[in-house]
Amino acid sequence: MLPIIFVLPLLQLIILSNAATFEVKNIKFGYIDNDQSSTSRALIEKFNASTYFDVLTDFSSEAFSNAAMLKGEVDVVVEIPRYFERDLQKEKHINLGVTINAIDGAAAGVENVYITQIVQDFNQHLKVDLMQISDKQVQPINIETIPLFWYNETLNYKTFMVPGILVLLVTMITLFLSGMNIVREKEIGTLEQINVTPIKKSQFIIGKLFPFWVIGMGLLTIGLIIAKIIFDVPMVGSLALMYFYTSIYILVILGIGLFISNFTDTQQQAMFIAWFFMVIFILMSGLFTPIESMPKWAQIITEFNPIKYFVEVMRMVMLKGSGFMDILPQLLKTLLYALVMNGLAVWSYKKTT
Amino acid sequence: MNNDKVIQVESLTKMFGDFIAVNDITFDVNKGEIFGFLGANGAGKTTAMKMLIGISKPTFGKAHVAGFDVFTDAENIKKNIGYMSQKFALYDDLTVKENITFFGGIYGLSRKRIKEKANTLIEELGLGNVANQLVGSLPLGWKQKLSFSVSLIHDPKIVFLDEPTGGVDPITRRQFWELIYKAANQGTTIFVTTHYMDEAEYCDRVSIMVNGKIEALDTPKKLKEQFKAANMNDVFLKLARG
Ligand SMILES: Nc1ncnc2c1ncn2[C@@H]1O[C@H](COP(=O)(O)OP(=O)(O)OP(=O)(O)O)[C@@H](O)[C@H]1O
Ligand SMILES: [Mg+2]
Repeated sequence: MLPIIFVLPLLQLIILSNAATFEVKNIKFGYIDNDQSSTSRALIEKFNASTYFDVLTDFSSEAFSNAAMLKGEVDVVVEIPRYFERDLQKEKHINLGVTINAIDGAAAGVENVYITQIVQDFNQHLKVDLMQISDKQVQPINIETIPLFWYNETLNYKTFMVPGILVLLVTMITLFLSGMNIVREKEIGTLEQINVTPIKKSQFIIGKLFPFWVIGMGLLTIGLIIAKIIFDVPMVGSLALMYFYTSIYILVILGIGLFISNFTDTQQQAMFIAWFFMVIFILMSGLFTPIESMPKWAQIITEFNPIKYFVEVMRMVMLKGSGFMDILPQLLKTLLYALVMNGLAVWSYKKTT
Repeated sequence: MNNDKVIQVESLTKMFGDFIAVNDITFDVNKGEIFGFLGANGAGKTTAMKMLIGISKPTFGKAHVAGFDVFTDAENIKKNIGYMSQKFALYDDLTVKENITFFGGIYGLSRKRIKEKANTLIEELGLGNVANQLVGSLPLGWKQKLSFSVSLIHDPKIVFLDEPTGGVDPITRRQFWELIYKAANQGTTIFVTTHYMDEAEYCDRVSIMVNGKIEALDTPKKLKEQFKAANMNDVFLKLARG
């Protein structure tokens, strides 16, 4: 136990300090260039040169960019209007259409600031360029960005935080309940009484899982009602899909809890280990800090974070109205995870010592 | 395999690291017998019992319980035995009835059978008034009796009792032994550990364990003759002093 007390917090310190950054990086950037001029290309080049923006996708029309945004393939789309170059030279005021996926409101706000900075910087250079050519005083040219925040139009903090916090509540309570449970029975001795009965290991684990599964689903229900009534969070997608996903997700968490329970002798040990995973899962879930901004290795770790999938699915279904096919990748990974964790829980439960 | 011998143990040993908790014990228990398993604190009684009921793997040796090998057939043993642990191990936060129903269910009894069992048990133990009370609120003596009855719920061939009367008053102890006799009369083999030497006199045969080894095994009468002692307590003291 002693090494665990020291090693786990150190691991947390190292992993989390690196991974949990509030900087938004690797923003998936797309554009629609209706002008196809050297000036429009220069503007796009500016975005390309920025370290914050990644993967430049050239969309031929809004229809394509909209579809990509729904799938989450792109975070930001800048639409350059027709006659961009010509109007600039005529010193007209130009509106640049910017669409930002605001399912993660914090990141969306930061992304908007980055874009505005790049465009302003571009404005400055343009002025300088023009002055050099004509050598006469020109009116400041102004390209203004008109941001549109999708899925969360007013960047309402609660709209994107409430589904996430609901995820945390469901996860925390089911993990702690299940993590403490078998250990508690070890401590009070009832587990031994169970172990001298001919009960099958899988029966035992299912019997343990079921009540907590019901509690988890109950929590989700209460949480959704509160989200709707108190926070007025939109529920765009299908409730049935939400419940279906959650019913599988909770199995993952319970499997982890029971697994921890089987490996520990006291409730303190179990609590300690459950907390370790909980803190890592929460801070690396993309709930508070965007996963795209994490270093590559940290992103790989998040692949094993069930909370990440739940947060994604919750936000996708609740705010975007994503359907079954949209969340299929998350669903399959969660299902696999559930099978593995519960397999481990059954395996690690030993009736004989 | 001899059908009259429901427990057959040969050179059974359990080590925890370097420490030998049970050291090469060999004995048989006959069908229908009340077998007293005596020994001082830390002699290795509980450890030996846990190997016989299939929740602890022996380090070496052989043991058959109810005809099944403890190494390979522990789950079959569990179907045929009852066990009452040294530490009270029913659910304190369930009622008397709920505990009976729960364990009856685990042993695969039908609903009807569980109901019948619950009614007779509660009546026999005189727990009618507290049947719907949480077990945690009952006095220790009542808990122990309930625990014993629950260990018999599936009519096992053998029942293992680990200090069933530890910490209860003499009257309750007396009642407890009446329950034990009743079960024995119905053909259940009783394997019981105890610290009380007067209880040893109630057993058909007793073994006395000292530091992991069985130092004596016979009927109380013969042991008293052998050690020229007036009662089992003297036998025990003579053995323990070596
Ligand atoms: N899991 C374990 N690990 C290490 N040592 C153990 C373990 N279980 C028991 N022991 C040791 O084995 C010895 C025998 O213990 P056991 O519980 O079998 O004694 P006992 O005869 O049942 O005593 P009591 O009358 O106090 O119940 C003791 O010294 C105990 O400390
Ligand atoms: Mg003991």
